[in-house]
Amino acid sequence: MKLTLRIWRQAGPAEPGRMVAYEVPDANPDMSFLELLDVLNERLTLEGDDPVTFDHDCREGICGACGVVINGQAHGPRERTTTCQLHVRSFADGDVIDVEPWRSVAFGVVKDLMVDRSGLDRIIQAGGYISAPTGSAPEAHSTPVPKPVADTAFDNATCIGCGACVAACPNGSAMLFTSAKVTHLNLLPQGGPERAERVLNLVEAMDAEGFGGCTNTGECTVACPKGIPLDSIATLNREYLRASLGRK
Amino acid sequence: MTFYKLGDDIADTTAPDVPIEQRWDKRRFDAKLVNPANRRRHSVIVVGTGLAGGAAGATLAEQGYRVIQFCYQDSPRRAHSIAAQGGINAAKNYRNDGDSVYRLFYDTVKGGDFRARESNVYRLAQTSTQIIDQCVAQGVPFAREYGGLLDTRSFGGVQVARTFYARGQTGQQLLIGAYQALSRQIDAGNVEMHERTEMLDLIVIDGRARGIVARDLVTGQISTYIADAVVLATGGYGNVFYLSTNAKNSNASAIWRAHRRGAYFANPCYTQIHPTCIPRSGDYQSKLTLMSESLRNDGRIWVPKNAGDTRSPDQIPEAERDYYLERIYPGFGNLVPRDIASRAAKNQCDLGRGVGPGGLGVYLDFADAIRRLGEDQVREKYGNLFEMYDRITGEDPYKVPMRIYPAVHYTMGGLWVDYDLQSTIPGCFVVGEANFSDHGANRLGASALMQGLADGYFVLPPMLGNYIATNKFETIDESHPAVVDTVNEATGRLTKLLSINGDRTVDSFHRELGEIMWDECGMARSEDGLRKALGRLPELREEFWRSVKVPGSGANVNQSLERANRVSDFLELGELMCVDALHREESCGGHFRVESQTPDGEARRDDDRFAYAGAWEFGGTDEAPILHREPLEFDYVHLAQRNYA
Repeated sequence: MKLTLRIWRQAGPAEPGRMVAYEVPDANPDMSFLELLDVLNERLTLEGDDPVTFDHDCREGICGACGVVINGQAHGPRERTTTCQLHVRSFADGDVIDVEPWRSVAFGVVKDLMVDRSGLDRIIQAGGYISAPTGSAPEAHSTPVPKPVADTAFDNATCIGCGACVAACPNGSAMLFTSAKVTHLNLLPQGGPERAERVLNLVEAMDAEGFGGCTNTGECTVACPKGIPLDSIATLNREYLRASLGRK
Repeated sequence: MTFYKLGDDIADTTAPDVPIEQRWDKRRFDAKLVNPANRRRHSVIVVGTGLAGGAAGATLAEQGYRVIQFCYQDSPRRAHSIAAQGGINAAKNYRNDGDSVYRLFYDTVKGGDFRARESNVYRLAQTSTQIIDQCVAQGVPFAREYGGLLDTRSFGGVQVARTFYARGQTGQQLLIGAYQALSRQIDAGNVEMHERTEMLDLIVIDGRARGIVARDLVTGQISTYIADAVVLATGGYGNVFYLSTNAKNSNASAIWRAHRRGAYFANPCYTQIHPTCIPRSGDYQSKLTLMSESLRNDGRIWVPKNAGDTRSPDQIPEAERDYYLERIYPGFGNLVPRDIASRAAKNQCDLGRGVGPGGLGVYLDFADAIRRLGEDQVREKYGNLFEMYDRITGEDPYKVPMRIYPAVHYTMGGLWVDYDLQSTIPGCFVVGEANFSDHGANRLGASALMQGLADGYFVLPPMLGNYIATNKFETIDESHPAVVDTVNEATGRLTKLLSINGDRTVDSFHRELGEIMWDECGMARSEDGLRKALGRLPELREEFWRSVKVPGSGANVNQSLERANRVSDFLELGELMCVDALHREESCGGHFRVESQTPDGEARRDDDRFAYAGAWEFGGTDEAPILHREPLEFDYVHLAQRNYA
């Protein structure tokens, strides 16, 4: 297959960027999208050009490192699929494909397709945990957790922190990311004692990082490779209201 | 004998000489403590943020030490532990199916083909139950039964259901637990976290580890970090093979640099080839993807009975299928240990019965499970794995059997450590997959997560405290000659890589290295093949340093430079793996020497000559490495041929 990639090239955070077109005449339908970039990079290297910088690591859809906007969609056209799990068979011979970094006020471009997502870490640091110092845990079966609660907590805990929700949101909001953590931890009995402080601190950190407000457009959940549902945002709002009313 | 030199034997001197079930208690009691008020004055470097590193960093910070932590990824949450799928073992015996600490210990020593140290394995089994408690308290959403209690399942090489899991994403959930505990300590100011920063070398002063040299992968800045002790939690070295299930950037540079500075490297040839991975599809392939061992609970492995049968699987009647694992190993069936399942798959493909492109694959079929349990229940258990398979291959495993083939997955070898997890460089501790300690020649499924968390949460912290309590630490200045030398060496190496400007890419060297290693030091190893590899590898290394092309500069993000530095270390490590494999003239676990097998093709150990861990000392570039043997004693689990029939 022959594909044309138009890729955002930007040498550094303060440098201007632009779209540059590259032809890949030897694409194979069974290649992953990142392998397509690998093939291009091998060629650029031998031709003396600067290869395209992009974040990636596990290449099996779980580490959350990769992620680019493909033809205007975060992680590309396939539902519930990270960029590394997208394959060239999703495209047609002769296609022209636009490849851009996540764009959001809170995510600065580091180089080319690589962005700075450390704001998401700082949201977690603000309270996205249960305080349980090593060694202090009671016997695991001392607190049974109803299966539906455990399942919902798990569904939310599958967030990989890739930032696609932010990239897809017209407001650059991190509500889906934040609500997934609030829902994961606040539903569990173990998360009970810190329930109110957790949601207030996470929302405060999210705002401080420059993420936008949520207007319920739902683009986030469509882009999410793990299918975190929009319900989680409703849970966050409920938890937030409950905590705000309870705060002295 | 010319390819290595024999040095003095080595022994662990830290495990107390008391009955095995009392050793860990005794060791902790004998260990010296650091007064909580004094801990703030001591700093510890932790390299890596996977299960072992994340757990260690969080725990040491909770105890009051100043932790300086590093990861090459953009966030500590991305370490490759996250990709572990199936589960974590613990001797809880919630099933009342005869499990116990002793049985987990026994299964692990036997599964490791009698090449692990009993003391360490027993402690691992003892610690396992606490790990589950700890993770549940952190909010790790393990799978539960309708009554609200934790569910478990079975894994290869055992006959009890002791594996706790979170769908097919157990590693992710455990890592997020450790990451959140670490995040709490970062926020509290107890951990100074350096993301996108890669260790280039270990600083050793007066024989003790006192810091590291690291490169900021965004600015290119090379800096030194000084501390009282260094913990390496940098994972395994499976990427020597280029194609493996490891993350693309997983690398051996931290442990290899420490090895060059004096840390012995034990059993480098013990690599685990995982039986159930998705076969490769073409030359551009950048990595391989694992399908969890848990699938072997319900999936049945088979090949067509007739070699060269190219019919589609649904056209092959039952009578013409060979469920070879069930046939050869009726006792364990599809759940034999990984090394045995991998070799059996290779044997079937060598007989021409393989399926898929190139005949390098066998079927893993869920038709029976779907008939028995219904598609919904299969989806509940394995949904994410089936989706992953579908995405990669474009085939629906609910309708068509999966095609699987063995791939490099885990490395049992690693830096030699004593019972305290300290390497042969005092003050340099090694945890998780980076050390060699618990799995012998073959790791059982769901034991990597157990070991990573045991080391990080429970074993390392008291032993590190003992080291700090029993040593004096003079202030080290960045102008110390040892610091300056180490920085200069690391900088010089990167400058050299950038200046060669040859005509071959880093990946082309890496692929060639991987092919040599897979062919000669992979699933089956022979004296001829290993000697051939040992002839070729120094040439390849020389070519690399003569003709590699690394574009760009060292003053900003340069992923080619990062890769080149890692591959330069893989080239040296690959050679040591071949030396180790050549010297070990026996088959054991993941190390299969074709010269040492039983008439029916099973691995044949040679306990008289090789019941030891082989700890290699760096002999110098282009010099033969020096072997130090740690004799292994089996006082509890008696040496016997493994039998899974």
